[in-house]
Order: sequence, then structure tokens, then C-alpha cells
Amino acid sequence: MSVLFGLYVPPHPHPLLAPTQNEGWGQLRDAYDKARTRIEESDADIILVYSTTWPSIIGHQIQAHPEPKWVHVDDDFHFLGSMPYEFRMDSEFAESYRDSCEKRGLVARTIAYDGFPIDTGSVVALKLLNPDNRIPACIVSSNMYANRAETIVLGKAAADALAKQGKKAVVVVVSSISNRMFTKHIEPHEDRIHSQKDDEWNQKILEFFADGRLEDISQLSREIHGQIRVQKVVAYKPAWWMAAVMGQHNNYHGEVLAYAALHGSGGAVIQLTPTDDSIGDKEFDEDDVDVYSGDRDVLEFGAGDMDAPAGVSEDKTTSKGGSKSKKRPIVSARPGENTIQTSDAPAPVGAYPHARKVGDLLYLSGVGPRQPDTNEIPGGPIEDEKGKPRDYDIKAQTKACIENVKAILQASGSSLDDVFDVTVFLVDMKRDFDGYNTVYGDYFEPIQATRTTLAVTALPTPIAVELKVIARAH
Amino acid sequence: MSKGEIVLGCLAPHPPHLVYADNPPQNQPVSEGGWETLRWGYAKLARKLKEIDYDVIVLFTPHWQTYIGTHFLGCEKFESLSVDPVFPNLFRYQYDLEVDVTLSEAMRDAATESGIVTKMMRNPDFRVDYGTITSCHLLNPDWDKPIVCISSNRNRHYYSVEVMNEQAAALGAACRKAIENSGKRVVLVASHSLSHRHFTEEAPLPEDMSREHIYNHSQYVWDMKMIDLMRNGEMKQVFDLMPEFTEQTMAETEGGGLSWMMKTMGFPDYPAEIYGYQSVIGTGNVVAAWDPNANTREVVL
Repeated sequence: MSVLFGLYVPPHPHPLLAPTQNEGWGQLRDAYDKARTRIEESDADIILVYSTTWPSIIGHQIQAHPEPKWVHVDDDFHFLGSMPYEFRMDSEFAESYRDSCEKRGLVARTIAYDGFPIDTGSVVALKLLNPDNRIPACIVSSNMYANRAETIVLGKAAADALAKQGKKAVVVVVSSISNRMFTKHIEPHEDRIHSQKDDEWNQKILEFFADGRLEDISQLSREIHGQIRVQKVVAYKPAWWMAAVMGQHNNYHGEVLAYAALHGSGGAVIQLTPTDDSIGDKEFDEDDVDVYSGDRDVLEFGAGDMDAPAGVSEDKTTSKGGSKSKKRPIVSARPGENTIQTSDAPAPVGAYPHARKVGDLLYLSGVGPRQPDTNEIPGGPIEDEKGKPRDYDIKAQTKACIENVKAILQASGSSLDDVFDVTVFLVDMKRDFDGYNTVYGDYFEPIQATRTTLAVTALPTPIAVELKVIARAH
Repeated sequence: MSKGEIVLGCLAPHPPHLVYADNPPQNQPVSEGGWETLRWGYAKLARKLKEIDYDVIVLFTPHWQTYIGTHFLGCEKFESLSVDPVFPNLFRYQYDLEVDVTLSEAMRDAATESGIVTKMMRNPDFRVDYGTITSCHLLNPDWDKPIVCISSNRNRHYYSVEVMNEQAAALGAACRKAIENSGKRVVLVASHSLSHRHFTEEAPLPEDMSREHIYNHSQYVWDMKMIDLMRNGEMKQVFDLMPEFTEQTMAETEGGGLSWMMKTMGFPDYPAEIYGYQSVIGTGNVVAAWDPNANTREVVL
């Protein structure tokens, strides 16, 4: 088992710097200490931290400095004191985590600079949970714009890296529950949860945690964000990441070690330990996702309709809620890798890009007819859910394949006219060749690309045709 | 003691890319240049500043984000390494700056008297944010003037952009009073960009200018509208438009810097000096200045 247990802990510095000034802050400190003891008694190889107070915008960042050290001071709570730290990081794991992220379509990079500002939440958590650096750690950022798909894939990539390295982890999420703070300075004895509504929601979430219902909380994340979160970022996402690392189910032994106010926000120390007989899985509403294919909806949050000023005609292709963001291809930032993913083509069914540029050439992965938005197959699937053969329209499937190829080429800065070699895979040559060949001719007659057509036993999804293309790159 | 005065107001954006592109000895990463339109504009404004007699730079920074009121730096000296948390590959800068604590405290007191929640930051270990360092470096690379540094209260998430715009103006009025009572000659700096929607990926070579452009046309049109108002001396209208501009362009103006500066200067009705406009990783940036002295005011662009 890669994850021994998970911890949900608060980011504020009060339990570290001022535990005696308020009873609740002291209770949180005691709970932190209890969690520390349990980590020390475990045989964990690594402490893996996801911190909501480390925002990033260029994908996700992973701390890889082997021994980062600094004296940290919080932007708001500087008067509570300084937080000197000297941590021990698992650089090898950080690199592996970055690689796993990229294999799942994420933009990620490792950070290993002297003096890099490690965030308050990570400093508080690691100083309290691992004060003598007994176990190496790894910290991953929380991308400001990342939504559910990206965050879940980030969690799965962590699980991949743990499995690959054969390491046993304690995973730590650093986050408030409700995050509404008082906007004025208060005396320690005045601290309380900001509002009754926040407290009631916090209690509800704590009940879920106590029942081990992590996946249920993950599925409730959007609701939690709307109800008790100040909208600084696009979403409440720590439960998405935590659930993805820990297996996306409800089978945990949950224990709320403490719950208290931290300048109005809801702070809690919670432990979740995998078990075989907890509340059990339910029928979850939201789909699962394995590979991130660039559907980060940067524009959906707080951006209004992004209109141009009155009296000025707007750019029809890029305003109105993010169409440009959705269509923009995602190109790997690693020199020499030049991979392309686009949300205008169906999501890959494995860890591969839609296309990859090598020198002057553009290699496309096999492209089927599925529709990028709905995953539907034009002309119908070749079999039903029980595997029973169905009638289907090969012409419609072929046309959809070629349109998807066009979309990928356009996202790569190329076009159908640049194609010079095509390989076509058919699952039923006898039945489908004529229909496919007619539609193919409609598109490729003037282009005169070389072509090879093969019959294959099956394709990965219930489709009849797939195209593999090589084109000129620009 | 004579009455203190504001001798210049500067809109001075702080993308760390500009320092990176400049290759100063204080910054560790080395570049091949880039973003020259902005950097050359900054250099021209820095030359103008060299010819102005002033005592202190008062800077409002959106990257010291506070949620519990407005904070002021309250130690006389800060010396450390500033590393940008988002672009550490570009900005790792060794800084050494002095603070005019007397003026800083006077501003804090005036703000408190007007009902604003405030705090002095007295912790000597505090690391000054990279935005402050970037704007100060580009305006005054010799670092030969003390600064006052004011945090941005980011409570639009608790209230609204409109409320925070008014709060920034109230802070500006208090700061103006403190400056006048101080007898000092002050340069004001609002350290932020205009439109702030940015790319979420970075080019393999960050200074590759073939990859640089404004995020989209709508953002560009908004930027040009605001700059045109600046060029025509209509800063009250800029202030009134600020909430809508902030929401439409996700602008750092939500921190209140430009509104604060305009109110502190009494909403200038004379043309701004425009030194350059360029995008940085998709965001819109203008280097601009407001010179109250009609004899030295220039038409730059």
C-alpha cells in the first residue's frame, strides 16, 4: 500500500507560533503533535504535501531542493514571529513526480533554488509534523487556475510516482475548511469561526471526514467552494487531490483530532487511514479522469463576460467565457519535447499526446472519430455495451476521423494540405472499405498523400476506423 | 518646515521578466534580453527621476497581499534575497534597501485616524516582495533613496471591487495628508500592470519575443482605453472605470494601487507621460508618470 494514511491540517501559523494564546490554537497544536507521533511510529518513507498556500500559475511546481532553508515570515501574521526552517526533501521523488505529471498531460516543473520562498502552510505543517526531518518530504503547489480534472490528475500522478518508487507515504493536505477570516485585527481570546453558516458547514464536512467519506467530500468540493470559501482561486481543491492520491473511495477510518477557529477560518487536524470496511462507495456523480487534456477553464472564474469597453467591437473568437482558453493547444515547455494536446480533438485514451513535432515533421497519434466534447461516435459505435455488434455508418465515422485530424493539425500550426503520409486502420475491411474510401477521396484527392490501409482485429474503443498521419510542421 | 509635496507619480509595473532581461549584477539568472519597449521606457523615466529633487519613494505593492487591513514596512533596513515564487527561474535578486520609517508611521497613523485597519510590519526577518524590488530597481537602479512600502489589502473577495476602490481612495487621502505634514518631497509609485490575464505556460526560452503578445484583443482594447484617458488627463474617469476594468481584465488594479495614487495626487487633470506599453507573458503593461510641474512635464508618447 503506497499511502499509509492521510492528514488534513490547517495552514495558519498560530498553532506553531502562539499555541498558548488561545485554547483552540492549543488544541490544534496538540493534534498536530499527535499526528507527528503517529508519523514517527509509522514506517513511512516520505511525507507528501499538497499546500493550498503555495499558488502557482505555470502548471504545478514541485519542491526538489534537497535541503531548503530560510527564515520565513507570514505576510499577515508577521507579528506572531519568524519561522526558521531547514527541511530535508526527497529530490529523486520530486523528479519522478514531475515525470509522472507530464506523462498524464500536466505541465509541471521542479524547483530547486536557494532561498525559494516556501509557503506558510508548508512551513507550519513540516515544522510541526516532522521537526527533526526524520522522513524526507516533497511539496507540490496548488495551481490557481486548476480545476477538478487537473487537480485529480495531479493526485493520480503522485500515486504513480509512489508506486514506481515503491515508497510508503503519509500524504498531507494543508488547507483550511472554511477560509473566511476576520478583516480586522483581533485579540487571541476573541477568535471564533467567522459565521454560524461557516461553522455549520465545517461541522458537516467534519462528519464526512469522521465517517471516512473522502470521495464524497471530493464530489462535494464545488458546493463547499460556493458555500464557505472566499473566492480567491477557482475552486476548493484539496479533497480532489487527496482523494486521487488515496484511491477515490470512502473506505477510510476517519478521525477528527481537533477543530478550532484560526482568525475566523476553520482549522482542523484530521487523519484518514485506509480500511476495508467503512461507509463504502456510492454512485458518484462526477466522471473520473486519468489524463489531463488541456481543459483548464481559466476564464470561467470571476471574469465576467470579458467584454471590450462600450462602443468597441469585441473579438468574437476570444471573448465570452473562455472559448480561446479551451481551444488553445497545450505545448510542452520542455525543450525538444514539443508535444501538442488540444481540446478540439478527442481526449487520448492513454499517456500520449495528440501530436509531437520533431524537426520539420509532425507525427500524429492514431485518431478516431470520437467527438471532443461529448465522446460520442458519429455513425454509432460498432457494438453495444454488452459487446453485441451494431450497425454503424462508416462514412460518418471516417468523416469525423478526418475532421479530428484537421483539428489537431490546426492546433499544431499545420493543415490537412501538409499531410504526406496516411495509415488507415479498419476493423472490417470487407464491409467498410468502399464507404471509407469514398469519404477519404473527398478530402485527400487534391492532396495526394501516400496511403496504406490495414485491417485490424479491434481498436481500443468501439470504433471502425482510425487514421495515423505524418505531416509537415511549420 | 515647508509643506511636503508629491513631485511625481509613476505607474511602474513589476514583471520580474524586466529585471531578468536587464541582467543587473544583483540578479542571478542571465538572459539574452527581451521586452525592450518597456525596459527602454523605464530607463527614460529613471533618467527623469535622476533629475528630480526628492526625498523618498512611496510605493504601493500588489504582491504584499494582506487580508487583515493595510500594512506598512516598519524597520529601517531590509537586506536579503528575493526569489519570485512563480518565476524563480527568472528572478533571484539580492536587495539592500532603506525604509523611511518616520514617514511610514505617519502614513499609518493618518490611515488609522481615517478608520482604515492598519498594521506596522516590525519583523526584521520579513522578506520584501519581488514586485516592490522590481519596480524600485527599474525606477532607481542606484537604490539611493529610502522607500515607504504599503501592502495591498486584497479584500475584494470579502466585499467587492467597488468597495476596495473606495478604500484605496480613502487610504490615498490619508497618505496625502501625511506627506503634506512631513515636509518631504515624495515620488509615488503604483506597482502594477494593466490587463492581467496571462498565459499559463512559459516559452522554453522566456525571452523569446516571437512568443510574446497580449492575451487577447479585448484586453488590448481595455488597456488602450485606459491609456488614452491617461494621455488626456482624465484620471477621475480612470478611477470611476476602475472596478469594471479590474473585473474585465482580471487586473492587479484590484489591489488598489492606481486608485490610491490618483487620489493621493488629487486626480490629475493633466496628461500623463507615457513611456512604453508592452505585454509580458500576455499581461498588458504601461510605464507612465504624472508630473505636477507643468515646466518639466513632457509629451513622451
